[in-house]
Amino acid sequence: MFGWEFPPNSIGGLGRVCFNLVKNLSQKNIDIIFVMPSGSVDSKFGKIISLDSSVKIKKVSSALVSYMTSAQYNREVLSGKKPYIYGRDLFEEVENYTKRALEAIADEHFDIIHAHDWMTFKAGIAAKKMSGKPLVVHVHSTEFDRSGDNMNPHVFSIEKEGLEFADSVITVSNYTKDKIVKYYGINSEKINVVHNATSFEDTCPVENSQIKKNHKIVLFLGRVTFQKGPDHFLKAAKKVLEHNNDVKFVIAGSGDMESYIIEKAAELGIADSVLFSGFLKEEEINRIYQLADVYVLPSVSEPFGITVLEAMKNGVPTIVSKNSGVTEVIRHCLKVDFWDTHEMSNKILALLKYDVLHNSIKQNGLDEVSKMSWHKPAERCIEIYKGLVGGV
Amino acid sequence: MVSLCVYFQVHQPIRLRRYQIFDIGNNHNYFDTGKNEEVLNKIIKKCYMPTNSLLLDLINSMDGKFKVSFSLTGVVLEQLEQHAPKVLESFKSLVDTGCVELLSETYHHSLAFIYSKKEFEEQIKLHNKKIKNQFGFSPQVFRNTELIYNNELSNFISKLGYKGILTEGADHVLGWRSPNFIYKSKTANIKLMLKNYRLSDDIAFRFGEKGWKEYPLTADKFAQWINAINGNGHVVNLFMDYETFGEHQWADKGIFEFLKSLPHEILKHPDNNFVTPSEALSLYNAVAELDIPKLISWADIERDLSAWLGNSMQQESIKQLYLLESKVVGLGIPELINDWRKLQISDHFYYMCTKWFADGDVHKYFNPFESPYDAFISFMNILNDLKIRIKEAEKMEINEKLKDVTGDKVFWVHDGGALKNLNELAEALRKMKNETFKYHVTSEKNDFYNWVRDVINDHELAGQIKAIKNRLKAASIVANRIKEITKG
Repeated sequence: MFGWEFPPNSIGGLGRVCFNLVKNLSQKNIDIIFVMPSGSVDSKFGKIISLDSSVKIKKVSSALVSYMTSAQYNREVLSGKKPYIYGRDLFEEVENYTKRALEAIADEHFDIIHAHDWMTFKAGIAAKKMSGKPLVVHVHSTEFDRSGDNMNPHVFSIEKEGLEFADSVITVSNYTKDKIVKYYGINSEKINVVHNATSFEDTCPVENSQIKKNHKIVLFLGRVTFQKGPDHFLKAAKKVLEHNNDVKFVIAGSGDMESYIIEKAAELGIADSVLFSGFLKEEEINRIYQLADVYVLPSVSEPFGITVLEAMKNGVPTIVSKNSGVTEVIRHCLKVDFWDTHEMSNKILALLKYDVLHNSIKQNGLDEVSKMSWHKPAERCIEIYKGLVGGV
Repeated sequence: MVSLCVYFQVHQPIRLRRYQIFDIGNNHNYFDTGKNEEVLNKIIKKCYMPTNSLLLDLINSMDGKFKVSFSLTGVVLEQLEQHAPKVLESFKSLVDTGCVELLSETYHHSLAFIYSKKEFEEQIKLHNKKIKNQFGFSPQVFRNTELIYNNELSNFISKLGYKGILTEGADHVLGWRSPNFIYKSKTANIKLMLKNYRLSDDIAFRFGEKGWKEYPLTADKFAQWINAINGNGHVVNLFMDYETFGEHQWADKGIFEFLKSLPHEILKHPDNNFVTPSEALSLYNAVAELDIPKLISWADIERDLSAWLGNSMQQESIKQLYLLESKVVGLGIPELINDWRKLQISDHFYYMCTKWFADGDVHKYFNPFESPYDAFISFMNILNDLKIRIKEAEKMEINEKLKDVTGDKVFWVHDGGALKNLNELAEALRKMKNETFKYHVTSEKNDFYNWVRDVINDHELAGQIKAIKNRLKAASIVANRIKEITKG
């Protein structure tokens, strides 16, 4: 399995998705070699979680960081903010990852190659060419989701090549499947939808904070980038505050729109009602959910949106963009168009105003996510593997 | 002898529009006029017009042997009057044949019985009035919204003088008994007709189901099932939504052909006939008493009220709505009462139902909102706007009661003083001599009472001082009333 991040340090939901998938597959007697760039493993977060003796985590030296855009890479890596510089730009880095990943697996035995998102697709292709084993590419997000109209043609071509070369494609939603068919011209029969899930294993104690006593808290959690719609969140915040001044809006995460959003909040005159937490670590994420009264996912385009399940698990009612895969698997949330900030603020206000609504969505949401488990997606993957090799 | 009694429910709600928090206090238009017209037109085209014309042909060609009955809600009649008078005419033609009986129910297809008996009775009266005006018909038999029933309902309805009540032949109340007889209430002297849900649902729900073992259902086959009851029952009650024909069951599945041949197939057996509910109630004696303390309905597999009142959002919103009753009715402003009553239409609460998983598809299919939560949000926002309107109306009413009267409305006190408002009355009562008071308040008359009732128009205060013979006591009652109304 080729991946680009793995807990304890995840930048987005992908690391947690990979962790849970690997864990549940290994429990079902699938031996996994997980190859990831070492740049994503930071020892200051402690030791890498050992899932099972059957899981080998291979580290490859690379500065690859998930979700990084090419522009961001140039800014951060070339300016010396990030260590381990091997390549001149992001695409050279992908080549570097590919080369080293291949060396790492040269002596390993495996039956299936499973590659997560575009940065590992080249490694997947190369591994398939080298071994002749079937390739599964797993699409957690596409360049269309991340960049909208400012799509990078080079990334697109790598994605397209991987999708075409793969024996089977897994998408995290029908929403993404449709995109793959429409924009990448991939035969829909080759695409399997495997929705993400959540597990109830790590629940947190209830968080009590001073701020919660005096204010209602509305949370945005995700990368502060075009894709995640922080600007729409801000517009909705403005409308809410015109109606109810006791609400605080928390933006948790970092990204290339961060300074723009901070300036925008000031421009709208709501700077003291919008709090920025910056990037949060794993354990901090659960704490911030516990603080929130409402969670909003205002994404412009969201292949899945696992944070919605996490918020629900923490008993937080959610307002979710209709352009998201997660809405295919949950009913107990409020749905909005990301651009309809009027309705977004209406729903935020309704959740804060009507306790019965808040409690109903909270309770029904808890019931709903408690029925989910990572067994199902893991089993779906095994079915797909079996279809490719005729019994694992 | 087995009689077939067929009743169709005709109802279309007046749906609410998406009403945002920002609309509260700014927009008093609650209803989605466009959507309501669109749905009504669709149903007229697919169901009301073709089915009405088919029934009329059947009745006219069968020499009075084919009979049906309808329950038309006030809100559907209102919509037909406004948007489709032709359709209303076609219902009138059906009633004019004399082979069609109309039933009584609440005007607003509401759950008022559960929340306010006073409002319940008022809505029955409104409905009767509407039916009388439109059709010149006085219903004799009652059906409650969604066939909701319990002993208490039978007590209430029997006092209103009805011949009988229609309700669901739910397994858990019938036990070993058959729905194909007339029963009576255990607690009131009124007869009951119970829906044969198996045979009714064979038409209403299963008719077009390809996986059903009886598919395709023909009129001939259905008539044989009815014949089999001959000797084991008196009357088979087929109760269903009128939209079964052409809307729930589509024309291309043959539902109209089925309806067209059914009367002929039924009457092939010489012992079968068609009856209306009031005929059935006259024709057959009750075979037993039914004791139904808990509410039942014809809905879902549970046959209870959980589709309307099953979750806390439904319970909260309907409770809040009925809490406004005394204020809305007390104010007596027609627009307020009208909007308040339209918010009672049971469908609004049905749209908030969250028990999706068992038989939820039916709920989702009819929901104009994206989710039960969206239905709740719009309803509660509207309710908050209604509350603001009530407050404003109350303020105006206070000003009205306390304002000065002029000319011949002024109260001329025997000691020479003149009273223009309630404050002056309180002051004068406190200060005037007892003789003056006694001049106006004798064993025969009470001038203050008359003035407060007829000129100030405060019936509550008038009632309070009517029998008071003590001047200072009267003064303090008036002063308290002023305090009360200025507080709101």
